[in-house]
Amino acid sequence: MKRILHTILLTLAALLMAPAHAGLNILACEPEWSALALEIGGSKVKASSATTAFQDPHKIEARPSLIARARNADLLVCTGLELEAGWLPVLLQQSGNGKIAPGQPGHFEAGQYVNKLDIPASVDRSQGDVHAAGNPHIQLNPYNIGHVAHALVQRMAELDPANAHYYRTRHRDFAARWQAAIRKWEQQAAPLRGIAIVEHHKNMEYLLHWLGMVEVGTLEPKPGVEPGVAHLSKLLRQLQHRPAKMVLRSAYQDSRASRWLAERAKIPAVILPFTVGGNDQAKDLFGLFDSTVQMLLGARK
Amino acid sequence: MLKKTALAAAIAATCASPLHAYAADSRELTEIREQIRQMKNDYESRIQALEKRLAEAHSQQKVPATPTAAASQLVEIPAIAVAPVPAAAASNGNGFNPAISLILGGTYAHLKQDPTQYRLQGFMTGGEVGPGSRSFNLGESELTFSANIDHIFSGQLTFALGSDNSASVEEAFVQAKGLAGGTNLKAGRFLSGIGYMNSQHAHTWDFVDAPLAYQAFFGGQYKQDGLQAKWIAPTDTYVEIGAEIGNGGSFPGTTRNKNGANAAAMFARTGGDIGTSSSWRAGISYLRTRAEDRVHTELDGSEFAFSGRSSLWVADAVYKWAPGGNASSTSLKLQGEYFRQKENGALDSGGNYRSGAQSGWYVQGVYQFMPNWRTGLRHDRLHSGTPTIESGSFPSLAPYSPQRTSWMLDYSPSEFSRIRLQLAQDKSRPGITDNQIFLQYLMSLGAHGAHSY
Repeated sequence: MKRILHTILLTLAALLMAPAHAGLNILACEPEWSALALEIGGSKVKASSATTAFQDPHKIEARPSLIARARNADLLVCTGLELEAGWLPVLLQQSGNGKIAPGQPGHFEAGQYVNKLDIPASVDRSQGDVHAAGNPHIQLNPYNIGHVAHALVQRMAELDPANAHYYRTRHRDFAARWQAAIRKWEQQAAPLRGIAIVEHHKNMEYLLHWLGMVEVGTLEPKPGVEPGVAHLSKLLRQLQHRPAKMVLRSAYQDSRASRWLAERAKIPAVILPFTVGGNDQAKDLFGLFDSTVQMLLGARK
Repeated sequence: MLKKTALAAAIAATCASPLHAYAADSRELTEIREQIRQMKNDYESRIQALEKRLAEAHSQQKVPATPTAAASQLVEIPAIAVAPVPAAAASNGNGFNPAISLILGGTYAHLKQDPTQYRLQGFMTGGEVGPGSRSFNLGESELTFSANIDHIFSGQLTFALGSDNSASVEEAFVQAKGLAGGTNLKAGRFLSGIGYMNSQHAHTWDFVDAPLAYQAFFGGQYKQDGLQAKWIAPTDTYVEIGAEIGNGGSFPGTTRNKNGANAAAMFARTGGDIGTSSSWRAGISYLRTRAEDRVHTELDGSEFAFSGRSSLWVADAVYKWAPGGNASSTSLKLQGEYFRQKENGALDSGGNYRSGAQSGWYVQGVYQFMPNWRTGLRHDRLHSGTPTIESGSFPSLAPYSPQRTSWMLDYSPSEFSRIRLQLAQDKSRPGITDNQIFLQYLMSLGAHGAHSY
């Protein structure tokens, strides 16, 4: 009995001492934010994302592995704007980690640092899954990434003063490369201006605004409501009057509706990476936009 | 504009006539210098004002930045429609109101056997047992209020409004938030953390009714009026332990006129991911309660009472799969729980009573075969064991192994509504088979409730 007690105590002691590492342990809700945290934090941070590019960030569960990761995180980086409303509150509550609770320095919401689109004048569930604070899919405008990076580096420096200089230096370097990359993408994407598209969910708005493209319809009849044949047929008829060049969807969205429309409207269906990891090229934030711009240009022809 | 021309003229004048400068009237020169200085000041103040406005505009976007960075970013901003600045929080006193969420549910039941005769042969039961009543039934409507109380506590109250116009307090607890070190504390009335399904509200269940084991051992769900402490280990693998003490008033216990804790529960669980597509959780729980004069009705309608101790072990496991972890079109959920209980004490009409080992289990699988549509199968089984009773005859406690098989199909147009069909074959008492058909709706209104795993 004494021996068992001993073993238990030793195990507990070992468990308690386990997370001894320098820098910040960052849990991001979406892959774009873990990629950004790594751009700034480099080797001084451990960053991982709760979701992958193939998962719908609205609908994941506070599963055991996430609870463990949230419990040990120093900084939580999420989009906010109610994108994670279905699982993040439960995850935070169950994690028992006060450092990343809303309002604490360890709770960072990227959506606060950008200009929001699609802020509804009124909210009602009959309109579908609308977000009162505006469209939360902010990551496909590279200027938003720039704004968030700027706020994030300050937060990281505040939480980890010992490495503040390191973070700031890396951020300056990133910001310079990012500015240059934006100029490149904008030049490349110039022919896309004014092009009409159909999207699956209203999750490409920031990309479309950035590149001056025009959305003429969505596959979902209402945000978050699965596409049905009735709505798709209506959309197809509408496209005969106002044609679109392509149907866009993100890597995590079901292919059937966009294939259906693409076949009948004789336009390409494009699967954009949507976030880091969404395809082989989108290994990091630069690759994400490289790939997105190239795919849009490719589909335009 | 005029000043600019004047400045240009002045500069031109000074530059163009250097040879005459020495000869020029020194007073004139001073005048020109003074004019230039004034213009310089004027321009500097204008630039400063512009910079200030720029910085202000920038701070309104909540993007702290250096003025140069602000300038470069602002140039690009017009590509995005500038969002209206959100109005300040309403100051009419309701800004601090709790979040309200409401669950509406209802069933239609077609039952072959008379539900008033329903019982689980071999078990002393309490609470909610059986398929409910026939025909249309208003299910339990739930009304939940929740809010932060202050910087330390948050609270939640859930009313259950029954179809018989009764209102009961389903849960009412306060929670310490923002505790460090993976600790969670709860006080009040709450659904106990034992087992897998026990802490989940009925509207999140995958079938219309609770598994037979929940009905037999908890009379539905076990609620604790007391305290709960949970702790998550600081490891990469999820390990959680928890303990509860309470007044033990919920079945299988009864309220007793005693100080201290009359019920205690402990649980431990672990879980993780298998690749990106699967995740699992498994746990073990122990509950110990005491009962005093817990009434049980015999087949002939006579009543007798049990006083004594119940100890119950629960082992639970759940496995979830979705391709790539994306459950929007297909997913699978397998879960099972095993219960083992012993009750020792006395029957007021039969002397010493030992239940022996009573056990029960269920396994169920729910498969989402296309967006919004799921189907599921569940099998329940109970083993009453053979009780040792000092004297008397208790036909309702004669050994038996009730069982039930249920199939369900549900459709959820959105995550806020669900319509379900369930067929079940129930053999909970000897020689009688009950075929049950249920139609159910479950709707969620108001605040977006997040569900646990």
